[in-house]
Amino acid sequence: MSANNASDLPKVSDRLAYNAMRNWKERLIEALLLGAAAVSVMTTLGIVYVLVSESIQFFSNVSIVDFLTDTQWTPLFDDAHFGIMVLISGTLVSSLVALLVAIPMGTIIAIYLSEFANAKVREIAKPILELLGGIPTIVFGYFALLVVTPILQYIFPSLPGFSLLSAGLVMGIMIVPYIASLSEDAMRAVPMSMREGAYAMGSTKLYTAIHVVVPAAVSGLAASYILAISRAVGETMILAVAAGMQPNLTWNPMEPAATITSYIVQVALGDLPHGSIGYQTIFAAGLTLLLITLIFNILGQWLRAKYRETY
Amino acid sequence: MVIPAVNPGKTPKTEYEMESQMQIHDHPQLKAEARNLNFYYGEAKALKNINMPIYDKKVTALIGPSGCGKSTYLRSFNRMHDLYPGNRYEGEIRFFPDNTNLLSPEVDPIEVRMRVGMVFQKPNPFPKSIYENVAYGLRVRGENNRRVLDDKVEQALRGAAIWDEVKDRLQDLASNLSGGQQQRLCIARALATDPELLLFDEPTSALDPIATGAIEELVHELKKRVTILIVTHNMQQAARVSDYTAYMFLGEMIEFGKTDEIFIKPQDKRTEDYITGRMG
Amino acid sequence: MQALTTEQIRAVIARGKLRDNIFKAMGIFCLALALIVIVALVADMVMKGSERFTLDFFLNFASRRATQAGILSAWVGSLLVMLVTALAAVPLGVAAGLYLEEYAKRNWLTNVIEINISNLAAVPSIVYGLLALGIFVYQFGFGQSIMSAGLTLALLILPIIIVSTREAIRAIPAMIREGSMAVGATRWQTCRYHIVPYAMPGILTGVIIGLARAIGETAPIITIGALTFIAFLPPAPFTTLGDGSTAGLFDWVFAPFTVMPIQIFNWTSRPDPAFEVNAAAAGFVLMAMVLSMNAVAIWLRYKMRKNIKW
Repeated sequence: MSANNASDLPKVSDRLAYNAMRNWKERLIEALLLGAAAVSVMTTLGIVYVLVSESIQFFSNVSIVDFLTDTQWTPLFDDAHFGIMVLISGTLVSSLVALLVAIPMGTIIAIYLSEFANAKVREIAKPILELLGGIPTIVFGYFALLVVTPILQYIFPSLPGFSLLSAGLVMGIMIVPYIASLSEDAMRAVPMSMREGAYAMGSTKLYTAIHVVVPAAVSGLAASYILAISRAVGETMILAVAAGMQPNLTWNPMEPAATITSYIVQVALGDLPHGSIGYQTIFAAGLTLLLITLIFNILGQWLRAKYRETY
Repeated sequence: MVIPAVNPGKTPKTEYEMESQMQIHDHPQLKAEARNLNFYYGEAKALKNINMPIYDKKVTALIGPSGCGKSTYLRSFNRMHDLYPGNRYEGEIRFFPDNTNLLSPEVDPIEVRMRVGMVFQKPNPFPKSIYENVAYGLRVRGENNRRVLDDKVEQALRGAAIWDEVKDRLQDLASNLSGGQQQRLCIARALATDPELLLFDEPTSALDPIATGAIEELVHELKKRVTILIVTHNMQQAARVSDYTAYMFLGEMIEFGKTDEIFIKPQDKRTEDYITGRMG
Repeated sequence: MQALTTEQIRAVIARGKLRDNIFKAMGIFCLALALIVIVALVADMVMKGSERFTLDFFLNFASRRATQAGILSAWVGSLLVMLVTALAAVPLGVAAGLYLEEYAKRNWLTNVIEINISNLAAVPSIVYGLLALGIFVYQFGFGQSIMSAGLTLALLILPIIIVSTREAIRAIPAMIREGSMAVGATRWQTCRYHIVPYAMPGILTGVIIGLARAIGETAPIITIGALTFIAFLPPAPFTTLGDGSTAGLFDWVFAPFTVMPIQIFNWTSRPDPAFEVNAAAAGFVLMAMVLSMNAVAIWLRYKMRKNIKW
């Protein structure tokens, strides 16, 4: 090298030179992608913001004690009452009916598919379940009101045209595919060596399934049940169509009753002015709904952490 | 187990036995015997015409390079292959004293597994308490009497030399035990139902040397009560624990004999190569 | 316990096998019940609704007279809402999936995003409706429009698209990435020319399943206040409106609308049984749309499993 002058240094090929432009572009793209990923977080924040801010306004007019203890829900009457228990009772009763159908049925299907069925049966059964899970809830609502209710009335002549029972049963059928598919995944994840251990002791298939595979997959099963609860509690259209929309504090599934979700639908169908107390009630109801699902989800997370299996 | 014996007091002599008695004269009674055993995974033939005796209350080791079919052979004794579609057996495994063919389609695999216990390569305790793991086989057999279970569980845990380590925490989850303890628990689980034959499929391959030593000692102790067939990767282990050794290669039984003789003067060139470390 | 005799053992096994068989029968019964529900649903709607399967039914607006009422505004509304939903959800979902699989560092922000996405799946759809009512309809001033509905459903199906994008990307072996990087491609070039194209079938499956879910959603759209009785179509671009002015390219986006599920809801809740026929016919059309989308997705996934061998 003859001179100290930098320009005399052997030049790096242009193609290999550090490309500021390219680097800048890469970073911009990364930022854009991060922005897209952040949309989901903003959705959550948006949900919390909307529900909480409207609910605060609502609770400046209605005391929380009344909200939780009043046994009447008549927000649009002159003599307004805001007892959320009325709506919660409908929600819980219909969810209970649904889960009484969905949990046993979904679990039996999952055990059957994972431990008993051969590949051929699975290949037929899984798409059927997927199709069942894909049916729009409004169609299930139609089915509950116009097909299932008449059948049930044939069995129980005293059953009214709208009932939590009919809506709950159909809701249960709707939830079966969720439980079946998640539970089956959890059970198939149980290592074969554990099943072999059980079979080597002379167990039958059912004994192996119940005493070894199910306990080993218990956290996955719990997760599927929790999702099922969330679905049942949050289900709207089946109830709006088939359970009637009259607020009714009852624990009897043979009666019609409004749920939190069907109340929101009912209000939205009307024409309530933005900012009125009636408008705010649906946000307070929505917040209650979200808190209920949140409680079940936290419970589920806790259960999963407690029984987390390590194979 | 009370089994109506076909030939009480006297086991039928087999071709193989008669042949081998010409060389070795002090063989004990037969517990089981493979006769012309072939096995297929779908189209693939994994075991080729295997003939081999298993002697009562002795330890027989199966050695050979990976993929030689020794685990496949072992798993035929408790019909594990029946769990998967497409597997097929040919030939017989005769089980004594009742001279049942374990592989016969008329014989229920569950019944076979109730007589033949198995310990796996990786410890596979069930997601239950230590107590319930050992009681499992008894419960499968319909035993629910607490006193009987307590007795049997203790006996089995003592038999597997793990009682002192777990007696104060029988209700703990089995998965909280160390690997070596888990494996001894699995042995206790198998012992609890008094199997006639106990299969070990490389039981120490997932364990450290100290835990391995404990298991080997246990195997030595157990042969007083039960016939043992053990697959091992480790020739020293075969030499240490077994009375008889079989060398397998590419699905064939190359050589079978007393362990001392196999290791000191193998008859077959391939056995010698494997034992001296020229292959495997 | 005395050792069991062979007879006792056989009795135990026989009992166990009986239970096995009873359980097997229960399993088959439950599966059959699922199938029966699908068949009964479809059969009921076909039988009840058959008299409405005419061209008029597809080309008529809603009406007070059941026999003249049709689903024109509903299916057009559904398609337009789906268009907005797809345009919003697909780029966002794929970008988010790409970020989480290819760019995200293991830090608290990534954790928050991931936990958040899995928790959003448990949020009831009607809550999205409340979000949209507060934010899109009033805060942003989109009103009770196709825009509000499309964006709401986009948020609703975003987790589905993100999850399926991630699964599709995860199935691509590392050697593809390394191969691309080794010839000097940047991370984005690797994503654009390799990762996204190879993940496309999986992404597409997720998109179809997401849209099938969205097209059947009713609750969030009712919540934002979609009208149940609409006897006009959104203005097509550059057509002359009632007041003589010309519609802009995007005027339809902010027009009031109705969608298929709302039309069905409307007809189902009428006391007059004549409308049950309409509800059945419209329900069948919606089912056919949703199930055929799902069938395409299932087929696509099946095809994908068969073809791809890395």
